[in-house]
Amino acid sequence: MLSRFARHAGKIALTLALGGFLGATLVRVAPGFGVDEAELDSRLSTQSIEALRRSQPPTQNLASFYGHYLARLFHGDLGTSRSLQRPVAELVRERAPETAKSVALGLALGWALGLSLAIAVVISRSWALDMFASLLGGTLLCLPAAVLALLFLISRMPGRLVLALIVFPNIFRYSRTLLVRAAAAPHVLMARATGLKNVSVLFSHILWPAAPQLLALAGVSVSIAFTAAIPVEALCDLPGLGQLAWKAALSRDLYLLVTLTMIVALVTLVANSFSDLLAQAMAHNRTEVTA
Amino acid sequence: MKWARIFGIGFLLMVTLACLLAPFVAPSYAHQFRDEPDAAPSNQHLLGTDDLGRDRFARVLYGTRVSLLLAPAAALLSSLLAVLIGGAAGFLGGWVERLVMAATDLFLSLPWLFLLITVRALLPLNVSPITSVAITFVLLGCLGWAAAARVVCADARSLAHSDFILLARASGSSGFRLLWRQVVPNLRPIVFAQFWISIPVFILTEANLGVLGLGVAEPLPSWGSLLRELQSYSAITGQPWQFVPLILFVAVVSCFHLVLLEQESLA
Repeated sequence: MLSRFARHAGKIALTLALGGFLGATLVRVAPGFGVDEAELDSRLSTQSIEALRRSQPPTQNLASFYGHYLARLFHGDLGTSRSLQRPVAELVRERAPETAKSVALGLALGWALGLSLAIAVVISRSWALDMFASLLGGTLLCLPAAVLALLFLISRMPGRLVLALIVFPNIFRYSRTLLVRAAAAPHVLMARATGLKNVSVLFSHILWPAAPQLLALAGVSVSIAFTAAIPVEALCDLPGLGQLAWKAALSRDLYLLVTLTMIVALVTLVANSFSDLLAQAMAHNRTEVTA
Repeated sequence: MKWARIFGIGFLLMVTLACLLAPFVAPSYAHQFRDEPDAAPSNQHLLGTDDLGRDRFARVLYGTRVSLLLAPAAALLSSLLAVLIGGAAGFLGGWVERLVMAATDLFLSLPWLFLLITVRALLPLNVSPITSVAITFVLLGCLGWAAAARVVCADARSLAHSDFILLARASGSSGFRLLWRQVVPNLRPIVFAQFWISIPVFILTEANLGVLGLGVAEPLPSWGSLLRELQSYSAITGQPWQFVPLILFVAVVSCFHLVLLEQESLA
């Protein structure tokens, strides 16, 4: 177990280091790197522009830039936002709780709705319910997150709920397929034939075998929710990391944008690894019980 | 589900045909009716006009054309990259495969829209509409290869160890020729599936970018910019026909999903 944990931690560290290299390259090669916007002020004299340039840190070559960038990153210095003129770490600290709240609520509601509908479809085996749920999920899958956010804005509904509607169809679609497959297994038929109650068939013979895949889906759903947070927060005016990323993109604040992308990547990697480890532990336990 | 697929194909063909014939179906695209801004639907303007007096029906047709023709182009680019990178990695194996898989892991660990807007912000934002179209769809194609490459790599790996490849090697075929003549043709079904399932994903992503103001630039219409009009609450409360692009969008993406049910299970 410990070796698996170490392997996952190593993989995350390596992915982040590679991501850091890529991010640093993006920032370094972006047009306008090292140029202060104040230099474009036509009222400034040549001497003032020279003084401004002298006040800037010297433009480094790519290799030393990588080194400094990663060293600062590992020391928790996330740099300073060019557009907002504030330390990125401070901005992240301010806005992360808002995004965490939205994502947590979206995931909780999306999972509750998606999984309960999938369970209802499997238990009831009702064609009409399956059709209704599939149509609802299908329609929501066809709507861009930004449009859903706009529709919520128009109807004056809380923007946070949009994330639930984005997570829901993905959860329903995959969990329905998993549960239908699990419910069609011969041992489930046998369990039903022996007169076991629906509830015990569901928990012991349908949900339990599908649990590792559902856990994997939980990891993926974190990434889905974070991705959707950008348009939702930007359009519903929720002051979170998604809105910050959008503002950074519009003002081409690459330092801020790359750092935000790395932070969100770290969160999704940790969520995926956590769900993977849990799923592996469950599978391991099951093998031991069977043996 | 056969009837649903037939309906989906029929609807997509009809929309594509209408878009291709847009210059004949909606000849007023290039005109601006300055004395008729925000006009209601009429015989002259089937969906009315927007706040600048442009015929909304013509803009919907041309916008659909941009999204519907360029999303497949982006999907083609990403599929080609997936074949090139994933196919070669799976066929060669060893450190090349490990390196490529690490790169795909990296790409897939970054949330798609975050990565996309980061790279989009790197490129100039104040560009001509045509350049913005090219940037948006080339970006989608260049960044959307990772998931497909993973699938292609796994398929190429199993092909590389198959009997007919062993036979081809024994008969003297090797290297690029083996890859090009034996492996790539056998990857076709999986690449085809990846190509088709990328199209609705790219259409949805372009719409998201467009609504956020990072997609195709005005005055060129695209689904993203058309859906962005829903932002003006005061305008749409009295003009329900502004929802037509949204309804068409959902119908087209739904039809893609209906048509692609088989491809999705293959991919």
